[in-house]
Amino acid sequence: MSDETAQNDFPMGDGPSAAETREKMLEVYPKKTQRKRGKQMLVNETPETPAAIGANSRTVPGIITQRGCSYAGCKGVVIGPIYDILHITHGPIGCGWYSWLSRRNMTKIRHPEETNYLQYSMSTDMQEDHIVFGGEKQLEQAIQEAYDEFKPKAISVYATCPVGLIGDDIHAVCRKMKEKLGINIFGFSCEGYKGVSQSAGHHIANNGVFKHMIGLDDTPVEAKYKLNVLGEYNIGGDAWEIDRILRLCGIHIIGTLSGGVSYDEICNCHNADLNVVMCHRSINYMAEMMEQKFGIPWFKVNFIGIEGTKKSLRKIAKYFGDKELIDRVEEVIAMEMVDVRPVIADVTTRTKGKKAALFVGGSRAHHYQDLFSDMGMKTIAAGYEFAHRDDYEGRDVLPSIKIDADSRNIEELDVKADPERFNLRKTQERKVALEESGFDFSDYEGMMRQMAKDTLVIDDISHHELEKLIELHKPDVIGSGIKDKYVIEKMGVPCKQLHSYDYGGPYAGFKGAINFFKEIDRMISSKVWKLTRAPWKDDSDSQSTAAKEPVAVS
Amino acid sequence: MNPDNTTAQGTPAEGELPASATRNACKLCSPLGAAMVFKGVRSCLPFLHGSQGCATYIRRYMISHFREPVDIASSSFSEEDAIFGGARNFEQGVENVISQYQPELIGVATTCLSETIGDNMLGMIKSYQDKHNSSGPPLVHVSTPAYTGTHSDGYYGAIDQLVRTFAKPMTAKIAGHVNILPAMMSCADLRHLRELCELYQLSPTILPDYSATLEGSSWGEYHRISPGGTSLEEIEEMGSATATIEIGHTRAYLKNTPADYLEKTSSVKRHALGWPLGIRHTDQFVTSLSQISGNRLPESLKDERGRLVDAYADAHKYVSGKTAAIFGEPDLVIAQAAFLSEIGIRPIICATGAKVKKWKQLLSSEIEGGVADVEALSGTDHAKISARIRELKPDLILGSSKGYPIARELSIPLLRIGFPIHDRFGGQRILQVGYRGTLAAFDRVVNALLENKQDTSETGYSYL
Repeated sequence: MSDETAQNDFPMGDGPSAAETREKMLEVYPKKTQRKRGKQMLVNETPETPAAIGANSRTVPGIITQRGCSYAGCKGVVIGPIYDILHITHGPIGCGWYSWLSRRNMTKIRHPEETNYLQYSMSTDMQEDHIVFGGEKQLEQAIQEAYDEFKPKAISVYATCPVGLIGDDIHAVCRKMKEKLGINIFGFSCEGYKGVSQSAGHHIANNGVFKHMIGLDDTPVEAKYKLNVLGEYNIGGDAWEIDRILRLCGIHIIGTLSGGVSYDEICNCHNADLNVVMCHRSINYMAEMMEQKFGIPWFKVNFIGIEGTKKSLRKIAKYFGDKELIDRVEEVIAMEMVDVRPVIADVTTRTKGKKAALFVGGSRAHHYQDLFSDMGMKTIAAGYEFAHRDDYEGRDVLPSIKIDADSRNIEELDVKADPERFNLRKTQERKVALEESGFDFSDYEGMMRQMAKDTLVIDDISHHELEKLIELHKPDVIGSGIKDKYVIEKMGVPCKQLHSYDYGGPYAGFKGAINFFKEIDRMISSKVWKLTRAPWKDDSDSQSTAAKEPVAVS
Repeated sequence: MNPDNTTAQGTPAEGELPASATRNACKLCSPLGAAMVFKGVRSCLPFLHGSQGCATYIRRYMISHFREPVDIASSSFSEEDAIFGGARNFEQGVENVISQYQPELIGVATTCLSETIGDNMLGMIKSYQDKHNSSGPPLVHVSTPAYTGTHSDGYYGAIDQLVRTFAKPMTAKIAGHVNILPAMMSCADLRHLRELCELYQLSPTILPDYSATLEGSSWGEYHRISPGGTSLEEIEEMGSATATIEIGHTRAYLKNTPADYLEKTSSVKRHALGWPLGIRHTDQFVTSLSQISGNRLPESLKDERGRLVDAYADAHKYVSGKTAAIFGEPDLVIAQAAFLSEIGIRPIICATGAKVKKWKQLLSSEIEGGVADVEALSGTDHAKISARIRELKPDLILGSSKGYPIARELSIPLLRIGFPIHDRFGGQRILQVGYRGTLAAFDRVVNALLENKQDTSETGYSYL
C-alpha cells in the first residue's frame, strides 16, 4: 500500500498508470474486439470535458458480460417491485422463475387484507405446442385465472424471447381481457433480444407505466411539499430511509418509482410538484414525459453518501423556496449528523487513502463514489454495466448521441401537454425564476466529471479486464454484483454487492451511510484473508509479504 | 375464489386449483442443468447460444447457491440476429471465448430463442470448425429449449451428449476403472462418491464432477476457469471402464441412456442404481462396487453402516409415524421418499415440477408399505404443493429454499435440500450419499423434528 502523498500524485495508486492498465487489458483481444472494447475503456484525462465513451453499444458475443436482458430491466427492475399488480410472465419457465424475488426490492403491504403479489411468480410456462401453434389462448386463460383467484387491481404481462418470434400479440390479449374483466391490464414487449442490455427494458417499462398508470387518479393530495422519488427501487430498504428523512423535513412522497410502491400511488403521482431522480439511467424517460405532459419539473438527487444527501435535501428545500422548509432541512441535517460524525471519525482511521473500484448498474457506480469519498477512500476505476453516454459524460451530450439500430427499435412516445392538467400547480413560473438564479433542472452531470483525473472508466467490464485491474492495482474493495463477487474474492479482494447489497442495507441517507461505513470497515479490516496461508507453508522469504499482503501467494 | 380465501403469502387456501398458469414453479429451465454439467468438465466453458439474459440469470442463480465464480458465455443475440439467425454471433463468441479463456472444451447449450428460430447448431459448429481447420478446442452441443423439459432434463441431456460425442468405442478394459454418472447432487456428494470408489481400489471417472469447480478453495492466483472437473481424455476413455454406475431412479427404466450407450459400444456393464441414500440403496451401491472391484466391504464402511443402523434404532421414537412433504428434481424426490420410508416417516406428498411418466409407480417401488396415502404430484407447481401441504399438514417439508413461505405460514420445519438454496449457508455441501451421508441426513431430520417439538411445547424442556 502506498502512502497518502503517493496516492494524491498517482490517481491509480502505486501501480501502472491508467493508460498502461488499459493497454494491458486490451492486448489479449482479437483486433476487432480490441477496437470495440477500446471505445468502452477510457482514461479520464479531462474530467471537466469528458471524452466520448462507447457506452450502450452491443455486447461483444463471448465476452463474459454482467449485463442482463430487456425482460430483466422491464419486469425485473422497473415494474416488478410494484407489489399489488399481479405480474404474469408469458413464456417458457426460466425467465419467470429467475425474476421471482431475486432482487432485494423490499415491500410492505399497506393494509392487512392486501396480498403482496411479489411472493408470486406467475408464468404461462409455454410448452412446445404453444411455440408451434401460438400462446395467446394460454395467456388469456392465465389472465382469467389470475383474476378469478385474486381480483387484483391490475395485471401486467411480460413477453419473453419466443413470444415476439412466434408473433403472439400480447397487447391485443391484454386489451380484450381488460374490456372483459374491467380491471387495468397491460403488456410489455420486453423480449430479451431487444436492445443491448436491460437498459432497453427500462425504457419499455417507462413507456408502459406512463401510458397505462400515470395520471389515472386525480384525487388531490393534501400536503404542502409533495414530490415523487423516481428511480429508487428500495433495495435493502433505501426508499424507507429516504422517506424517513423527508418526513422529518415535512416533505411528502406521493410515489417512489418503483420501490415499495403501490399501484394507486403510481396512478396518483402526477399530483406531485416535483420529481427527484435517483437512478437517472432507468427512469429519466419518465421524468421527461411527466414534465412534458403535466409540467412537473425534475432534477437529479443522490441520497447515497452524507454529502450527497445533504446537497439533495438542500436542493429540494431551495426548490420549494420556503424559509420554514429551508430551516427545517438544516435542523434535520444537524440532528442526523450527531450519529454520523463519530462513526466517520472512527472508520476513517482505517479506511483513509484506501482504493475502491466500482462496476455496477446505471447509477450506483457513480453514487457510491460519494460514500467512499465520505470515508476518505479513492475510486481508481469505475464503470456502469448498462448505462448510456449521458450517464458518463452528462446530459449535455444528449443531442450528439447517435441513435443506432438497437435503440431505434425501442418506442419513443410522442408526449404532449395535457390540455387540462398541465401546469396546474404553476410550477413552471417557479422553475423559470429558479433557473434564472442559477438552479439546474433536468440536470445530470454524469460520472466522469466527478472522477479524478487519470482514473479509469470502463463500460460493461469483462471478467478478463477485472482480473487485470486486480492484478495490477489490488483495490482494497470492489463494489460490484453477484456475478463477479466470487471472482473478485478468489483473488483476495473483498467485494461488496451493490445490486443486492449482499444481505445488508439500507445504505441511503444518514442511517444507511452509517451501515455502509461499518460494512466497508468490516470488509477492509477483516483478518480472514490472512488465514489463506497456512503457517507450515511459510518460508522466511515470503513471510514478510504474507504479513503485509492479504492475498495468498501464487 | 375471492381474495379473502388467500393467505398472507398469496397462495390459495382452498378450492379448485386453476391450471393454465404455473404459479411459483417447482422447476428451472433446462440450460441451467446443462451449464452445471459443463462446469463439471475440466477446463470447459459453458456457452449459451441466445440472448445474454439467459446466461446472466443462470449464472446469478448458480452463484447464489454455490458461492463460486460461474462464467457462462453467451452469443448475445440482438434483434437483428433474432431475425437473421445467430451464426455470426456464434462464431465471434467462440473466437472471443478461446482468446480469453483458452478452454479445453466449449459446452454449447441452446436457449428458447435460438431453438424457436431454428438455428442449426450442428451446422454452425461444423462450419466454424471447417473454417478454422478444426484447430482450437472441441465443441459439444446439447439442445435445451426451456419449453420442453426442466433443469433436470438439461442436466442428463448434457451428460448424454458428452458421452456420445467423446467416448471412443473401446474393447480393451482397464481393471479398476469405473464410470459414475451421478444425479444432480451436491459437491460433497460427488466427493464422497469418489471416496467410496477409492475404498474399493477403484479409479472412477465421474461425469460431471463439479465438486472442485463449484466448491473450490481460496486461490493463490486467479484461474480463468476454475480448477477441477473430469478431463476430456477421461471422457474419451470411458469405454475402457469395466462398468458404469448410473445414478437416478428415473434413469433406471430408460433405454438409450449414456450408460446404455457405453454398454452397447464398448461393453461397459451398466449398473442402473437409485441415489445411494438410506441403508438399502447404499447397500446396493456398495454391492455394485464390490462386484466391479472384486473387493469386499471395507472395515471402515462396515463401521459406518453399523453406526447408521444404531442411530436408526436410537432415534426411531422421534421419527416413527411422522409425515413429510418432499419437492424438487424427480430423482432427488424419489431418493428422499425411499430414505424417509426406510426410517419410518411417511412421505405423504412427493412433488416435482417435471412431467414424469408413471410418477406414482416409480415412487411405489421405493416407498415401503404402499402408496395409497401418498400424493404423487408431477408437473406441478408450488401453489399446488402448498395447497396440499395446507390440507395434509405434514410434520416436515424437504426441498429447496422456495419452500420457505409455506413452511413459515404453517410453522412446519423446512429441511433445505436440492437446488437452489439461497437462504441458508452451505447448500452446495450438504452430504446425502453413502452411509455417512445418510447418517448426516438422518441427524438433520431427527433434529428438525425435535427442535420443532421443543419450540412448540408448553413446557420447553431442554432434556428430550
